[in-house]
Amino acid sequence: MKPTNKALIATAFATALISMPHTAAAAEKEKCYGVSMAGENDCAAGPGTTCAGTSKVNYQGNAWTLVDAGTCTTMMLPAMENGEARMGSLEPLERDLPMNG
Amino acid sequence: MSTQTDFRMALLDPDRPAPPNLQDGRGGAAGRRFAVYRNNVAVSLGEALETGFPTVAKLLGEQNFRGIAALFLRATPPQSPLMMTYGSGFADFLAGFAPVQHLGYLADVARLDYAMRLSYHAADAQALAPEALQTLMSGDLSVARLTLAPALRLIRSDWPLHAIWRFNHDDGPAPAPRAEAVLITRPEFDPVPWVLPPGGAVFITAILNGATLGDAFEAASTDTPEFDLSALLALLIQDQCITGMESQT
Repeated sequence: MKPTNKALIATAFATALISMPHTAAAAEKEKCYGVSMAGENDCAAGPGTTCAGTSKVNYQGNAWTLVDAGTCTTMMLPAMENGEARMGSLEPLERDLPMNG
Repeated sequence: MSTQTDFRMALLDPDRPAPPNLQDGRGGAAGRRFAVYRNNVAVSLGEALETGFPTVAKLLGEQNFRGIAALFLRATPPQSPLMMTYGSGFADFLAGFAPVQHLGYLADVARLDYAMRLSYHAADAQALAPEALQTLMSGDLSVARLTLAPALRLIRSDWPLHAIWRFNHDDGPAPAPRAEAVLITRPEFDPVPWVLPPGGAVFITAILNGATLGDAFEAASTDTPEFDLSALLALLIQDQCITGMESQT
């Protein structure tokens, strides 16, 4: 370990601590148990429906033509330096189409 | 009697008939009643994915997301009854899914969404108070080792991952093309994603691997000569990330 690094770390720590607000941030909130984000087990499509589970076509490529609320298209990004694709528009795909309805 | 395996396979594959001999309770075939059950499984898992991957859902739009989720949930039904962990393989699934290959960043966005969820559910830990850190500073800090909070998560990306997140959740500006590493902290009970300054990911990775402050600093400075340790430490302290410090050699 270079002596300069040793001093730099001490200084960085001191600077970081000085920048802290003086009020203690601990225990400002209490944890509320039993409230979680994912995994509601209800069927929100309504009881007795058969839509989502029985579709003949799992994934329709041409559904992309119906681009809805997605932000992919609004979030334009120039090409990456390595030439990776830019964030472009969603284009229709020629796969996974329904066979004769 | 149909076996559990028949039932399970038919549940996730709409092309299969309802399990043989399954009855509707009045001596008839289960047919449509089974379809209702089938639907409930697909819809509830799809909704769990939509809730659990909010940024991916927003990027793709509801309809596209549901189409992809339906494929994933049939290929990868839950391995555990704990729905909070469902979707661990979704990022890899997206990475290998041909129709979204033109959205190169999508898998990393899924990783970020999932890491936010894991951070939310991670164990609580008491952070060291600034006063306690102050007293520890009397020793040689370069040989000290930090313990970081279990809720902390680090995701390195070749894409402007944090900017993409902000664009979708915080009305941030359109992302600029650059690589970003995201550090998820949980100052209280809600996870917060931060973009790390250059060298930051190298430093955090070293600390997580048990390196001393001195070695982690050296690694980060070698990677990025202008690495700013002070700013990163301030973030770690402020967001309650440092839960332990061991100063012995």
